[in-house]
Amino acid sequence: MEIVIAIAIGILAASGIWLILRPRSFQVIIGLSLLSYAINLFIFSMGGIKVGSPPLLDPAQKDLTVYADPVPQALVLTAIVIGFATTALFLVVLLASRGLTGGDHVDGREER
Amino acid sequence: MTWSDHLVILPILLPLAAGALAILLDGRVRHGPAAVNLLSTLGLLAIAWTLAWRTLGPGSLADGAQVVRVYLLGDWPSSFGIVLVLDRLSATMLALSATLSVGALVFSLARWHRMGQHFHPLFQFLLMGVNGAFLTGDIFNLFVFFEVMLAASYGLALHGSGEARVKAGMHYIAVNLVASLILLIGASLVYAAAGTLGMADLAMRAPLLDERNRTLLEMGGAALSVAFLVKAAMWPLGLWLPAAYSTAAAPIAAMFAIMTKVGVYALLRFGWLLSDQRSPDFFNAQWLMIGGLATIAFGSLGALASREAPRVAAFLTMVSSGTLLTVVSIGDPSLITAALYYLVSSTLAAGALFCLAELAERGLDERKPAEDQAELAVPLLEAYGLQEEEPQDEEVGVPVPAVLAVLGIGFLACTLLMAGLPPLSGFIAKFAILRAMFETGHTGRAWIVTAALLLSGFATLAAMTRLGMRLFWSDAERPPPKVRVIEAAPVALLLLCCVALTAQAGPAMAYLRGVAEGLSAPSSYIEAVRNAPRMREALAEPPPLGGLFHQEGPAVAPLLVPAPPAAPAAPAGAPAAFPPAGGAP
Repeated sequence: MEIVIAIAIGILAASGIWLILRPRSFQVIIGLSLLSYAINLFIFSMGGIKVGSPPLLDPAQKDLTVYADPVPQALVLTAIVIGFATTALFLVVLLASRGLTGGDHVDGREER
Repeated sequence: MTWSDHLVILPILLPLAAGALAILLDGRVRHGPAAVNLLSTLGLLAIAWTLAWRTLGPGSLADGAQVVRVYLLGDWPSSFGIVLVLDRLSATMLALSATLSVGALVFSLARWHRMGQHFHPLFQFLLMGVNGAFLTGDIFNLFVFFEVMLAASYGLALHGSGEARVKAGMHYIAVNLVASLILLIGASLVYAAAGTLGMADLAMRAPLLDERNRTLLEMGGAALSVAFLVKAAMWPLGLWLPAAYSTAAAPIAAMFAIMTKVGVYALLRFGWLLSDQRSPDFFNAQWLMIGGLATIAFGSLGALASREAPRVAAFLTMVSSGTLLTVVSIGDPSLITAALYYLVSSTLAAGALFCLAELAERGLDERKPAEDQAELAVPLLEAYGLQEEEPQDEEVGVPVPAVLAVLGIGFLACTLLMAGLPPLSGFIAKFAILRAMFETGHTGRAWIVTAALLLSGFATLAAMTRLGMRLFWSDAERPPPKVRVIEAAPVALLLLCCVALTAQAGPAMAYLRGVAEGLSAPSSYIEAVRNAPRMREALAEPPPLGGLFHQEGPAVAPLLVPAPPAAPAAPAGAPAAFPPAGGAP
């Protein structure tokens, strides 16, 4: 289970970093999205990976080890929302840049 | 809890409410947003100075004793809930950002605020993010407030639009989005290792971690510091800064001068909270120093290589950031005192310089655009938004006689401040840094820093002199720039703050000495957060979740009370935040 998650995070992060370093603005934004997925999974897995255990307190269940850690789940929700908003903002800038320069190169013009 | 206890949260709530109100008024009431923004910024100034005064301890100014105010949001215990913590460092930074923002805002009211949409709400949200970052007591909210600050700054960096701004803005946003993701990695690693995100809790637990979690925490610290150093623009993480700051509109660039200091603040906060000998070396001081020196070198060379005033100002901001990082890396209370004095002085001077640069450049390049543009990598004419200025010429105001003289005096003051020449506060700051270094026995490193400071001061002087010749001297037929009083006054205000800082250097140093002492004795901060009184306890009502937490007392006890050093097993039960039921004594 851990190894699967770790490989998934690794692949997402590697693809994201590769895409961020590409010259097209669309590739950069997809790269940022992939990287933020990787980070979100990473935060989630930092609470320890458990199957079938809710993060909700049950008054009948006094053994705290059976619960999933709720904090990373709350963090990941916040991170998703913020990441989504900033990506949307970046998209606007990308469109503005395309409108002003007429191209989609991140430097505003093609390399010569 | 009296009304004055709620003052702590006002630096966040007031800009939030004012920003929202400004959006609603936008386009409906003619001067509504501007009035709301101005009132809120002035209110913040009053609040920040009140808070700074209220955090003073009972002793003298230089006494390290401080009143740490802890604000529990939702009245949860500080280990579980969100806390705001106000100590003398936070209060000083709040006062600095409020002072700078008044200057930048008044400057923008002359015309810049009409260059694009939603200037006033974004300005307030930027202030909210900056203030929140100074006040928050846990790492995750630091991330959230960084994002608030950055989201507003993305909008402001593009204010006025134009190709150069959009291009620089895109790079700026991409770099800072990645930095935010790295900050998230750091925060989650810290949580995995220590089982907490609260800074005070972390400082308690860090020395008690076992080997495995220590390594994890150090990795988290490395990730966090990379993110902070991107904000503080350390070379090579700060290459986004010159383009973003020099293309931004002048009052916005002046406001951005505080944003690099937010990164330095975060480094100071974490570095000193975890300064316990048994704690892991959270930030590698040696590399911080090397990076700081490299930043000084890069900024100095960049300032020498550029010929436009905003670009020189942007590189000088990098130099001041590098100086701060170098000094902070050595870390001794007397050095921190000098570094804080330098921080205040250089932030105000940089803010004044960005505004002054725009005033002095005004009308200079309009007559000879073609040859200027050809030799530049970046089309800087667009960068200054000159195309947009021309139709608005009649609004700029009448030419004031002797306006060049006034600008020249301001420019001279900025040069003295940035280069660290007597008699202004820049000199006192650098002198205090060097003196503290030699007195505290860091002789070997002191010589290196002396060389770096003197050389960077020399480079600054050369760059500024050349810039001054271009702006004021070389073109005798140049028409004097049209400057309104409302534009000259805020620059004068910022520079007068530096003059006051010079004249009252003794009390200012004494006050900052107290700030540094408070910072270097983190126990007052940690104790205040951990023992923060809850409203509910004061009202003597049982907590609603008391059933579970109290019956399971031993299992959750390490989260509520400091674990005794004899029981290292309790906080070491990572990566799960809750220690196993049988693990606690």
